[in-house]
Amino acid sequence: MSPDTLITALYVFALAAFLGYLVISRVPPLLHTPLMSATNAISGISLVGSIVTAGANYNTVSTILGFTAVVCSTTNVVGGFVITDRMLRMFKRKPSPKQEEQIGHG
Amino acid sequence: MQTYFIELSYLLASVLFILGLKGLSHPETAKRGMHLAEFGMLMAIIGTLIHHEIITYTWILSGLVIGSLIGLAMGFWVPMTAMPQRTALSHAFGAFAAALVGISEFYRHGGHVDKITMSALGFEVMLGALTTTGSLLAFAKLQGLVRGTPLTYKGQNIFNMALLATTIGIFVYLILVPGSLPLFFVMVGLALAFGLLLVLPIGSADMPVVMSLLNSYAGLASAATGFVLNNKVLIIAGTLDGFSGFILSILMCRAMNRSITNVLFGAFGSAETAAAGGAQQGVMREVSLEDIATQLAYARQVVFVPGYGMATAQAQHAVRELANTLEKRGVTVKYGIHPVAGRMPGHMNVLLAEANVPYSSLYELEQINPEFPATDVAVVIGANDVVNPDARDNPGSPIAGMPILEVDRAKSVVVLKRGQGKGFSGLENPLFFKDVTGMLYGDAKDTLTRMIQAVQQA
Repeated sequence: MSPDTLITALYVFALAAFLGYLVISRVPPLLHTPLMSATNAISGISLVGSIVTAGANYNTVSTILGFTAVVCSTTNVVGGFVITDRMLRMFKRKPSPKQEEQIGHG
Repeated sequence: MQTYFIELSYLLASVLFILGLKGLSHPETAKRGMHLAEFGMLMAIIGTLIHHEIITYTWILSGLVIGSLIGLAMGFWVPMTAMPQRTALSHAFGAFAAALVGISEFYRHGGHVDKITMSALGFEVMLGALTTTGSLLAFAKLQGLVRGTPLTYKGQNIFNMALLATTIGIFVYLILVPGSLPLFFVMVGLALAFGLLLVLPIGSADMPVVMSLLNSYAGLASAATGFVLNNKVLIIAGTLDGFSGFILSILMCRAMNRSITNVLFGAFGSAETAAAGGAQQGVMREVSLEDIATQLAYARQVVFVPGYGMATAQAQHAVRELANTLEKRGVTVKYGIHPVAGRMPGHMNVLLAEANVPYSSLYELEQINPEFPATDVAVVIGANDVVNPDARDNPGSPIAGMPILEVDRAKSVVVLKRGQGKGFSGLENPLFFKDVTGMLYGDAKDTLTRMIQAVQQA
């Protein structure tokens, strides 16, 4: 890796860290569990590294390691997003109209 | 041309990830935000598949299919109560994948990588390895496969530090003198061992911090992978994940008034810290279900305070039903949520949302504390340390200074508890001995179900 590449990478890292701090401090405690599963799914993007490792035919060991990494990352990406969606669908502002009706008649 | 297409897909993914996380600042925008992030992920994967280095697709496709199947199965079938375990497992998967990619990179170059790449690669593999085993142990503790109490022995911290120092020593040596495969694998092995030793002395009550910290490590391992592969989207996504975990760790520590070092090395909840709390005098007053039902039925405001006990008893639906019954009678029902209640950040909110509790009824610590003096009955369901008044009143207590939900300021307190035992921290809770407090022993779900009937008859 050339020093130039490293410096560009460090810029990206520093700016992402700053942006992450600003964006994530605004997430309310209410959504901290979905936040954790969402960031987990997002960092499953390491899948793109695993994919190249698994498919580039470097050597048998690398292919096996890459394949295992693809399985792990895909599990995180798919599982993470499915579970985040499932959780977020549960958060409702008010009871559904049906329940309100029940309360009204009670 | 191809390179531009790939990089463009990564850039799009990075922007969509950030917009996705921005959406999480409100429950109303969160779903749309996640769909953006999902779309970004899909674009990045499609972009990668046309990468020029890829020769065979057999392993890639089988990996994608197997991973998707496991992911879907976990995504749809894991119950909400098991969310901490699932999250611990996914930290392990993410970190393991990062470690494997790092090992593969080192191996295929026969250990001859330049100093800058080696620095990033070392971080990637060390963080990846220690997070893998650490998260697996956290998973085992949360799942109940391993006892949740801290495991300590003499000289533990010194031993751990020595191990860490050795690992870092090898890392530095590998940067300066490249090419030693055996030494590299020794480093991986030591990092794996360090992950276990790091989580071993941490008690279940501190799990929210540990989960956040492992979250942070897993993210940083991904970011380091980005440095090794010179892949910007990996750096961005990994850093976002890493910082999210870091911010959550700080919030959790603040919610317990403890430092990260204290959580990691303090072995909180072991015999010594419990003894420091001192024995409590007095008797706990057991009350009858019918009395409480009457109190609840004629109350103006009731506040439920859930803790990990509600999760283990799967009582969230029963809580909601009781709340419904009370609301029908005109009682105002609120929920007070402590940041570290449960085993991971936001654990209680998710369980209550699952039981159809509207999020507008869920109150944070600062919002609900001023409400307690105007509350007729505060119902504590399987929570202990987060309502321990010693944190506020007794400067000598191990949890002194921890912000608590001040249920003892309510006119009446009911504590639903499995048995007379102590909480996970092993501390006595003076709340249980106060005059305003009544104890109801038994399984929370069962008690609440009987309570609903009793309220209906009141």
